[in-house]
Amino acid sequence: MPSLDRDEVARVAALARIDLSESERDRLSGQLSAIVEAVAKVSEVAGNDVPATSHPIPMSNVHRTDEIQPSLTQEQALAGAPQKEDGRFTVPQILGEEA
Amino acid sequence: MTYTYEQAVIEFDPVMGIEVHVELNTATKMFCGCANEFGAEPNTRVCPVCLGLPGSMPVPNEKAIESAIRLGLALGCKVRDSSRFARKNYFYPDLAKNYQISQYDEPTNYDGELEVVLNDGSSVMIGIERAHMEEDAGKNTHVGGTGGIQGSDYSLVDYNRGGVPLVEIVTKPIEGMGERAAEVARAYVATIRDMVRALGISDGRMEQGSVRADINLSLRPRAEDQASVPFGKRSETKNVNSLRAIEAAIHYEAARQAELLAAGEAVVQETRHWHEDTKSTTSGRSKEEAEDYRYFPEPDMLPVEPDPAWVEELRATIPEHPAKRRARLQDEWGFTDLEMRDVVNADAVALIESTIAEGASSQGARKWWMGELARIANERQSTLEELEVTPADVAELESLIDAGTINDTLARQALAGALAGEGSPASVVKSRGLEVVSDDSALEDAVDTALAAQPDVLQKIQDGKVQAAGAIVGAVMKATRGQADAGRVREIILARAGVEG
Amino acid sequence: MTQTVKASGVVTSTATEMAADLASGERTSVEITQAHLDRIHEVDTDVHAFLYVNDEEALETAASVDEDRAAGKDLPALAGVPIALKDVMVTRGMPTTAGSRILEKWIPQYDATAVRRVRDARMPILGKTNMDEFAMGSSTEHSGYGTTHNPWDLDRIPGGSGGGSAASLAAFEAPLAVGSDTGGSIRQPASVTGTVGVKPTYGGVSRYGVIALASSLDQLGPCGRTVEDAAMLHEVIGGHDPADATSIDAPVPGVVEAARHGRANGVKGLTIAVVKELGGEGYQDGVRDRFEEGVEALRAAGATVTEVSCPSFEYALAAYYLILPSEASSNLAKFDAVRFGMRIEKETVEKTMSATRAAGFGDEVKRRIILGTYALSAGYYDAYYGSAQKVRTLIQRDFADAFAKADVLVSPTCPTTPFRIGEKLEDPLSMYLQDIATIPANLAGIPGMSLPSGLAGEENLPAGFQILAPAHEDARLYRVGAALEAALASAGQVPLTRHLAGAES
Repeated sequence: MPSLDRDEVARVAALARIDLSESERDRLSGQLSAIVEAVAKVSEVAGNDVPATSHPIPMSNVHRTDEIQPSLTQEQALAGAPQKEDGRFTVPQILGEEA
Repeated sequence: MTYTYEQAVIEFDPVMGIEVHVELNTATKMFCGCANEFGAEPNTRVCPVCLGLPGSMPVPNEKAIESAIRLGLALGCKVRDSSRFARKNYFYPDLAKNYQISQYDEPTNYDGELEVVLNDGSSVMIGIERAHMEEDAGKNTHVGGTGGIQGSDYSLVDYNRGGVPLVEIVTKPIEGMGERAAEVARAYVATIRDMVRALGISDGRMEQGSVRADINLSLRPRAEDQASVPFGKRSETKNVNSLRAIEAAIHYEAARQAELLAAGEAVVQETRHWHEDTKSTTSGRSKEEAEDYRYFPEPDMLPVEPDPAWVEELRATIPEHPAKRRARLQDEWGFTDLEMRDVVNADAVALIESTIAEGASSQGARKWWMGELARIANERQSTLEELEVTPADVAELESLIDAGTINDTLARQALAGALAGEGSPASVVKSRGLEVVSDDSALEDAVDTALAAQPDVLQKIQDGKVQAAGAIVGAVMKATRGQADAGRVREIILARAGVEG
Repeated sequence: MTQTVKASGVVTSTATEMAADLASGERTSVEITQAHLDRIHEVDTDVHAFLYVNDEEALETAASVDEDRAAGKDLPALAGVPIALKDVMVTRGMPTTAGSRILEKWIPQYDATAVRRVRDARMPILGKTNMDEFAMGSSTEHSGYGTTHNPWDLDRIPGGSGGGSAASLAAFEAPLAVGSDTGGSIRQPASVTGTVGVKPTYGGVSRYGVIALASSLDQLGPCGRTVEDAAMLHEVIGGHDPADATSIDAPVPGVVEAARHGRANGVKGLTIAVVKELGGEGYQDGVRDRFEEGVEALRAAGATVTEVSCPSFEYALAAYYLILPSEASSNLAKFDAVRFGMRIEKETVEKTMSATRAAGFGDEVKRRIILGTYALSAGYYDAYYGSAQKVRTLIQRDFADAFAKADVLVSPTCPTTPFRIGEKLEDPLSMYLQDIATIPANLAGIPGMSLPSGLAGEENLPAGFQILAPAHEDARLYRVGAALEAALASAGQVPLTRHLAGAES
């Protein structure tokens, strides 16, 4: 199993959108490597013949009828917004995703 | 650029992959009971679920599942016994939960095939990889700069569209189309659009984004055993939102890639964005961040396991293939190939069908939709459907003409009134007083006045130049603002000249 | 010198007794509710079980119940009995933080289904209880708002993540509380505070409005000082909810009746199996002693006792620490400074999100999000998440085999009595071992209960006894639990919290 070195911690933290300081990166690299080493044993026992369980109680087809339910008002929707304008949520500049 | 599309696809073998997103027209969203509605005030069609508030949970819309399965069946797909939703994880402000609920390794519909008929009547089969369900994102509006994302000061987010049900249809690689690649892509998307309308599961309006296409294109060197040549690096052009733009985007991308390859440079595998104004694409990502969506089964929802008997019931509701339907209608309507092609290209098949259903003749329906109305739509740069005229209006117009209440000239005025929101053609005729004048004494007076103004014309007619009567007809029509029955006017002129008509 | 929090008076009654007093007119809800609010204001500076105290609304509810009762209206069984809610449940108009700074001052726009049911049951809501941030922890030391202290010894942890709910019961600040259990967050705090906590069958109580940690493991459940009290609350919050697709579409099991039956008639005819892998090495001697006494008490109450082996449990902790962080990394992505909660404004949205999450999340949360993001990321899925889901299947098979031989399985709830605050903070792996006996039930979705087995060790601190039943058989937990509680009560061991009642602190 690959270890979670500092660079890997930095890559994963970026994916998870969490800024880490140098010292946090060091500390997490040590702690997470130990945890990963401890949990990696799951791959020892589970062979190809074992199906995965993603839901503990087997059920299926739980759906909803296509009937309109009341929505929040605009005021309620925006009640917790850190910043808002014209009935919308304000966010700082978005860069790079679309032209 | 030095390469043209034609040169590019002769020198290289184009391979395409097309992803079409279809917005379903369910009453509510995919995973919550908020209304699925276009154009509402921002953030008024949202709830804890589609706003991604802590604690909220999704429950799938059974109608959306039904629509997705019907679409899958129409695309010839197999319906999986047990399929699942999965989370696609990425951060973006229009994505409320910062993951999109989609389907990954177990999509509901997979492995289908769609026949696409081209302009010359030939057809190709397009392989369908999958047609899976997912939710749409909200909408970002950019403030400051030029209104685009680049250079904007900040952005505003409206989540009304967030959670609207989508079906994403992914093709298998489309190979061997050569110079017809662009035409095939266009026809494929048009077929999907017609199909979702025929199924009644989406309004299919590309201009509103209800049907959107992402075009993957790569080129590979020509070879005798073409299939053995690995695919080249592809670009993915996002959100190409009209049929014309699909062709244009493929033209542009093929030429761009050919130019790079011919110069010995590499094509970068990337997302590109289509620009309608410059008819070109630009690279979509400024950063080299490899996409790592961390898909995993959505733990808040359960497998979708449709009863096979129900799937068979749904299969019985699948309408005929759009191309077959067009062939049948052409036959029923008695249109020539050229007439039918024009109708198809103008997106008027459904309109004409409805107009005929309202009682119009096929030629009458075609004449109005493809003539005066097409001209007006063109002038306004809108589609025929967007015009404020219904098939019932057109049918009514034709019946007014048939009854002799109005003539073509008056009909155009009645139509103008209807387009201006003055009501149906019949009520416009009434309110504007457009009925044909057939009272002979009024017409005789008008004819006499016109003849008196042009005395030489009477002589010409009497000399046998009957066609000279046209000048007097014109003058009378002008004097009566088009309300005269032109045939009757002609008869009166000839009578006055003592000539047999 | 150990500092213990003791109590007397009306707050030391059980919820069942309070309900009876209310029904008979012996007491009013305002009187009972006010007594609890007074108690909170008196001891919570030391215990710190509450993040928010809902005085005004609780008294309003109490007054309206008293009014309706005076008018002779029909009322639900627990109407007027106050309750505390773990801060993981969203409450309309009441701040909800899940123990995280990133949600400081957030007032939800809606109620969790279980909260609505508590309101419909006309129970005055005393407030929101402390927890490890986003329920990640076994001690409440990971709360963004300070640690809760164990009423048995204020220098010790009250368990976690639901330490606030458990401590509020042991400190007699509330007679009932709702908790959430992802790997033991109801049962381990119950164990270390001498109270009763139940994790129902997965899907038995709606998760709608519960701030998700790991969606396939999370389950709300009742906490009380006695088995019957927990059963009463179970019937209030349980049952089908169309807003939670994973909710079980069946009536709530008759848990109150099962508890009464067990208390009165014991466990004659039931087979009880000790799980070999959930004991032995790593378990404190005193904890083991109390557990064995409990098993003997059940034998004396009529049970047949046997032993089963569940070999895959060895891998349960590892599977859990892959599944939980993976699901959590996705569930916690919504905390992004856009629609609610904290925002550290930076020049771009990406930097704003990253800075806010860095400032708003505590160390344990960051640790698990990064672990989960890593486990799901390209190239590792099959080895980690995929394998962990397979281990889940193996654990379910072990349970199926075990339940073929026994009606319920038993074990100590937690390997130790409560440890000292700060003791395990720098060693996450050793902290994770606190849940070694409780995690298998979450992986398999089966119901589990912890109830006090007595005081253990030189320090005389609470130890817990865990009962596990097959999925949907929650009633068995209550029957066996009530029988054990009755047997140990006659031996003077429980209700354990009686030890804390009788003298002022």
